[in-house]
Amino acid sequence: MSKPLAPTLRMLPSTTVRKRRELPLRGRVLVSKGAVVASDTIVAEAYRDGELRIVRAAEDLGVVPADVEKYLRFSIGDVVRRGDIIAEIHGLWGLLKTHVLSPIDGSIEFVSSATGHIGVRGPKNRITLTAYLGGVIAEVDPDRGVVVEAHASFVQGIFGVGGEHVGTLAMLDVPIHREVTAADIPINAKNAVLVGGHSPSIEALRLAASRGAVGFVTGSIDDATLKEYVGYDIGVAITGDEPVPMTLIVTEGFGVIPMNSRVEGILRAVSGKIVSINGATQVRAGAVRPEIIGAPSTAVPGEDMGARDEISSEGLRIGGVVRIIRVPYFGQRAVILDLPRGLERIETGASARVARLRLDLDGSEVTVPRANLEIV
Amino acid sequence: MKTEPRDLRTVLVTDCGSTTTKALLFEKGVDRWRQTFRGEAPTTVEEPVADVTVGARNAFAEVQELSGRVILRDDGSFEITSSDSSRGIDLYLSTSSAGGGLQMLVAGVVRSITTESAERAALGAGAIVMEAVSADDGREDYERIERIRHIKPDIVLLTGGVDGGSTSHVVEVAEMLVAAAPRPRFGDTLRLPVIYAGNSDAAESVREILATLANVVVVENVRPSLDRENLGPAREAIHEFFLSHVMSHSPGYGKLLSWTPVPVMPTPAAVGDIVQSYAERSRQSVLCVDIGGATTDVFSVFPDQQGKAVFNRTVSANLGMSYSIANVLVEAGAEAIRRWLPFELGESELRDRLRNKMIRPTSIPQTREDLFLEQAVCREALRLSLKHHRALAVGIEVKRERSIADVFKQSSERYELVSMMHLDIVIGSGGVLSHAPSRMQAALMMIEGFALQGITLLAVDSIFMMPHIGVLNAVHPQAAQEIFEHDCLIKVGVSVVPVYAPHAKIGTRLAEVYVDDALVGVIEPMKVARIPVSAGHTGTLRVVPLHRSIDVGAGIGQICERVIDFGECGIIVDGRNRPFSSDSFSVSRQHDVYEALELLC
Repeated sequence: MSKPLAPTLRMLPSTTVRKRRELPLRGRVLVSKGAVVASDTIVAEAYRDGELRIVRAAEDLGVVPADVEKYLRFSIGDVVRRGDIIAEIHGLWGLLKTHVLSPIDGSIEFVSSATGHIGVRGPKNRITLTAYLGGVIAEVDPDRGVVVEAHASFVQGIFGVGGEHVGTLAMLDVPIHREVTAADIPINAKNAVLVGGHSPSIEALRLAASRGAVGFVTGSIDDATLKEYVGYDIGVAITGDEPVPMTLIVTEGFGVIPMNSRVEGILRAVSGKIVSINGATQVRAGAVRPEIIGAPSTAVPGEDMGARDEISSEGLRIGGVVRIIRVPYFGQRAVILDLPRGLERIETGASARVARLRLDLDGSEVTVPRANLEIV
Repeated sequence: MKTEPRDLRTVLVTDCGSTTTKALLFEKGVDRWRQTFRGEAPTTVEEPVADVTVGARNAFAEVQELSGRVILRDDGSFEITSSDSSRGIDLYLSTSSAGGGLQMLVAGVVRSITTESAERAALGAGAIVMEAVSADDGREDYERIERIRHIKPDIVLLTGGVDGGSTSHVVEVAEMLVAAAPRPRFGDTLRLPVIYAGNSDAAESVREILATLANVVVVENVRPSLDRENLGPAREAIHEFFLSHVMSHSPGYGKLLSWTPVPVMPTPAAVGDIVQSYAERSRQSVLCVDIGGATTDVFSVFPDQQGKAVFNRTVSANLGMSYSIANVLVEAGAEAIRRWLPFELGESELRDRLRNKMIRPTSIPQTREDLFLEQAVCREALRLSLKHHRALAVGIEVKRERSIADVFKQSSERYELVSMMHLDIVIGSGGVLSHAPSRMQAALMMIEGFALQGITLLAVDSIFMMPHIGVLNAVHPQAAQEIFEHDCLIKVGVSVVPVYAPHAKIGTRLAEVYVDDALVGVIEPMKVARIPVSAGHTGTLRVVPLHRSIDVGAGIGQICERVIDFGECGIIVDGRNRPFSSDSFSVSRQHDVYEALELLC
């Protein structure tokens, strides 16, 4: 029988973080293996073809498609400016002129004798890729990207919105068990990643963003506030591209749940230091969780700088501490008393593998399906 | 390996899903074929183990451990059955939807004609349609091009125009493809596979235009005329490309393909095949749903106006019970979900609970309340996916004589193929239905979610083995049939729902229900009840409407009679008229429904 599965998020005070940085299409890597980079160093670039506009020349000139080529004023590959006459026809002994103009700056890509269309391609767009965290280039894939390695703390959240940011971590003066209100947001939050409490009000989030914070890490959020913050209801759990000014990461879930004290401790240890954060979440096979990489510094590639993922590799065990992630004990911490081997019938009538637990809150003993436990 | 049906005694089949690879062992017993053992393991198509065969071997190992049958040799190759019947297998088969399944772009000229036919061809072949582009979809050229260039399809299906019609529009669509130059998902050096199934007169021009970009295969037009659809050749070409381009570039699939002498099928295509085969054999209209964590597939077989059975499949890519559960909330709304609950639950609590399920998709309900909430979401996912299916599962009206006006109209008359009143059997698959703690819960989810009407047999796929049986069907139809009907299809019960005009004065009794000529119950307005019948009994069900405006499945005011297997739960009668009206719902009404069906005990 397979081992008990207890999904957990990484919470590491000190580790070697390796981040693969990859261009969306083939391009050029600008740094060498072993180079020391800052979070904003551009490590690779690529050029994407510009937009293509189709000019319906045959229709506009009133000629058959095969004849369009005769009236061209440019050849394929020629550079054109927006408003240039790209094809022209003279009628009535040259007195009447009909022409078509280039809709954009670019170059003539094709002239179709089948449809009489002219394709004008805009200039290429440069795409750049930054290192995202300060560290050492550990690997180079010449036309794709690099791996950046750094010594840092590493914490995963459960859900986030917004993409990559780099800022200075600032602990809010809010204990983990208290909700965050607008009054808790510091006046000077420029480029800060604010951390603390749970269930921030929409006013608190908006104020933090307006004061220049680039990130907000908290225990939980209620769905209505998330909807207000993002501006729409998120359907599928694939995030990271939301049009939000400040990345938001929740470490525990939806509703009212205090931040895990271990997470709070790891983040407090890098207060005042530079952190790299990303809210991107993808809850499918090959799951991506939001992350907070604390105080990255250069590391020698290959050298193990600290504990590697020791928690997530550990399964459920008697005496271990877990958090329950489903009602009726949602959000509560407990100690494992027993892990019965067989299947047991639960209240729903289903049979499941369970664990016997003692709840931290009141010391009561309860039985919970193992699928509803996370190691903390 | 053996492929002749007469030589087969032991067949091992895997379905390599996005998350799990499920291996089933099928064995020929004394009297018939049976599904005997099952093993599963996480699918391995992503780093750090990007080789699908690793997950498959782990699943084999579980089957080997449970059955005691030696399947794998020490060197990792298959043990082939010899005279010792406790060792080896005769044949290995597989389906696959790992890595997101088969993802396609379809393009056509007129949205409601060629593009829709292309979409039906792609869906029927088991694909997910990432984007459907039409020359008349209301977007500017540059908007379409911008959209196409950002997606990475496995295969493009290009259609447009009827045979003998204008060629210029479909050529324009081909030019647009060249302009956007979409890149295939797998293999940087692979040329984009494009299937051209449009106006045959434009085939050469299209091939020429796409020559620099794509590997083009030309097949018969999906829409040779406005009133005829021809999806078979395009579907076959999709399957060929799936094997030669998509599968062979997926991690480890080269090895997997070498293990089996039979083509690996896309999972939904295999399910579609067994649904079609069952409908044909049993001469029934069938609706089948597979509700997963991320997507919901709906399959149907209904007769067209000429009486020919027509198969359709749709996939609602963002309706599901875990990853996509919050999207059901977004699309249906909290109120629509809450109406199915037999208890009060505040909107904010409901939203937070569903969000927590979304971010922790492997968690399971522990309380009955929480279970009923998930089942309420399931009803809405079923409702929305059926709505989507009905919009695409259409027939094309055949006109014996076409007027000049018809020729210029560039449109065709369509009609809905799905008729809930004439649906014979609904089959539910996916964890929430197959593994519901009680079969009655599965029955109620399907009755309410699909708003069933008339007399409908309710069934569930016991352990989601339809993909496995679908691919077995390609080699050994009789074995597939035996396993499907005996081991896979669990007959849950029969629903009886009288339907009448909203303002008809129907009195206090809607219909009488007889089993083998004995009166067993009366259906009352707004009431739901269970009429027990001995489990597994097959007999004659007769439903007699008690008002001339009531339809129970044989036409308004007509008696409906069917010989039927009453399954595990017997007959469930539902006196709530269809479509459901808002006064059908309240917490106390739902409480009564649950109580009547003994779901609150």
